[in-house]
Amino acid sequence: MTSLPAPQSGAPRDAVLLFITTGICAFAALLATAFTEDPLFRLQGWIFLIAFLIALSVMTIAINSGRLRSRPDRYADGVVRAGVIATMFWAIVGMTAGVFIAAQLSWPDLLYFPEHGWLNFGRLRPLHTSGVIFAFGGNALIATSFYVVQRTCRARLAGGVWPWFVFWGYQLFIVLAAVGYVAGITQSKEYAEPEWLVDLWLTLVWVAYLLVFLGTLWKRKEPHIYVANWFYLAFIVTIALLHIVNNLAVPVGPLNSRSYSLFGGVQDALLQWWYGHNAVGFFLTAGFLAMMYYFVPKRAERPVYSYRLSIVHFWSLIFIYIWAGPHHLHYTALPQWAQTLGMTFSIMLWMPSWGGMINGLMTLSGAWDKLRTDPVIRMMAVAIAFYGMATFEGPLMSIREVNALSHYTDWTIGHVHSGALGWVGFITFGAVYCMVPWLWKKDGLYSLKLAEWHFWIATLGILLYICAMWVSGIMEGLMWREYTPQGFLANSFVETVAAKHIENVIRTLGGAMFLAGAVIMSYNLWRTIRMPSSAPSAQSLSGPAPALVAAQ
Amino acid sequence: MSDLTYETVARFAQQGGLIYFGLIFAGGVLYALWPRNREAFQRLASLPLQDDEDPDVQA
Repeated sequence: MTSLPAPQSGAPRDAVLLFITTGICAFAALLATAFTEDPLFRLQGWIFLIAFLIALSVMTIAINSGRLRSRPDRYADGVVRAGVIATMFWAIVGMTAGVFIAAQLSWPDLLYFPEHGWLNFGRLRPLHTSGVIFAFGGNALIATSFYVVQRTCRARLAGGVWPWFVFWGYQLFIVLAAVGYVAGITQSKEYAEPEWLVDLWLTLVWVAYLLVFLGTLWKRKEPHIYVANWFYLAFIVTIALLHIVNNLAVPVGPLNSRSYSLFGGVQDALLQWWYGHNAVGFFLTAGFLAMMYYFVPKRAERPVYSYRLSIVHFWSLIFIYIWAGPHHLHYTALPQWAQTLGMTFSIMLWMPSWGGMINGLMTLSGAWDKLRTDPVIRMMAVAIAFYGMATFEGPLMSIREVNALSHYTDWTIGHVHSGALGWVGFITFGAVYCMVPWLWKKDGLYSLKLAEWHFWIATLGILLYICAMWVSGIMEGLMWREYTPQGFLANSFVETVAAKHIENVIRTLGGAMFLAGAVIMSYNLWRTIRMPSSAPSAQSLSGPAPALVAAQ
Repeated sequence: MSDLTYETVARFAQQGGLIYFGLIFAGGVLYALWPRNREAFQRLASLPLQDDEDPDVQA
């Protein structure tokens, strides 16, 4: 924004630049908070102001004590460690919100206060979806991408102190979005609920993220860009594009929390699902495939099964995914040909998805015994299996005639969770289990037995969840289309809700088990971090390899 | 422009899109299968296994 020469020779220029920018932002937040007449806008203004003031105080101390000077001969792992902690913190928050709203679906009176909206299902649902997708998943992606890009490029993260801006700026985005949902700020677009002000802040953070990532690729010592970095880059670039286009809106006023979308009607719907499905394709798939292509070979100590296949996987996946969105709008005002286009491309996605699944699983060839001995490898293998299953089910459900039964039912919820819990959750847990001993220089995890418990409890939880949703989804789909001989609908809506009570209870139990697994994992990681360190410092770029976790 | 109808635009987009995506996919497959790249890809396949051990990286 502003380019100033560093005033003191002591402080690094990037830190001073960030300090001045934060100061300007804090002043702007103060004015906006003071002059707005919208109480919701004022609430967000306060959050901005407090965050910027904390940032200013911390940076004052850090610059004065010389802590912000970067060591060019070392990997920047501090921000990755912070990212791992944030990942587990938000996992617990987001999954707890999920279990809570699942319980509300089972017992609608649970903590329901008609006069206060804060704990309503409608406000807590986006808290859950954003909490697990953007807070848990997003932090995992940022942390692992920073870890992987440094190792595979053999270069320290670019941008000096700016990776820290990306990390803390992203946490601020999460807090703003979460408080906003509970307070009642939403633009009612699924997975894009935050309003214009928070959207602008995320855009700023995301551009910084892109620049840090590109800058690191730019100074790489390795001539080729490793395939995991291609997936990370596609994720970052496409999410920037999706986020900006889908959130184009005109604010009601400069100091007002609300806005109107630039698009209306069927165009708005199409753009929303172009965004929504590619949030699945590029946030929840491409980014986590990048994790797979680094952590599976690393942990199995086997090369990628076929690097050629990984290249074809990458290009076909990104070119096909971007067209699949219209399958969310079958039997709507969207033209039939556009629906068919989305359906066709969804079916074509079978190919790259299964190519990638085979590539990931076959990377274990020669190390199959580790499935028995190492719960972390097993977790990642099951993640890849769930990736294959969810990407088989998705194209099936995108077929118009199947969609006629499945759409708006719990089948969709079950499908999303087999991808989210099975694929995204497990590959992230696997990557974090790998990274923590490497980052904190430990010989291995505190307890593989606890990881074993985590694996089995969580796997059972997923199975309970998705089986319950299959049953209730198909049941309610059939009930909705049931006619009496006179041609009237046989069931009222509330009857279909009452009919799936027991499935909702099973789903709540399954989710609670998955959450329990994450709690066990957090305890295990905390004990791992508190263990005595292994002998040599492996942080130096020229240093020895960090100890691989022994698979006992 | 009187000849710029929906049909002409749609036909151009459909056929052009088919050729464009066909060419890009062919390009990707060619790059993946190009014999000269074989050695680099074999090395890259095990890059995650070696990345901390390479001693010649000094910034």
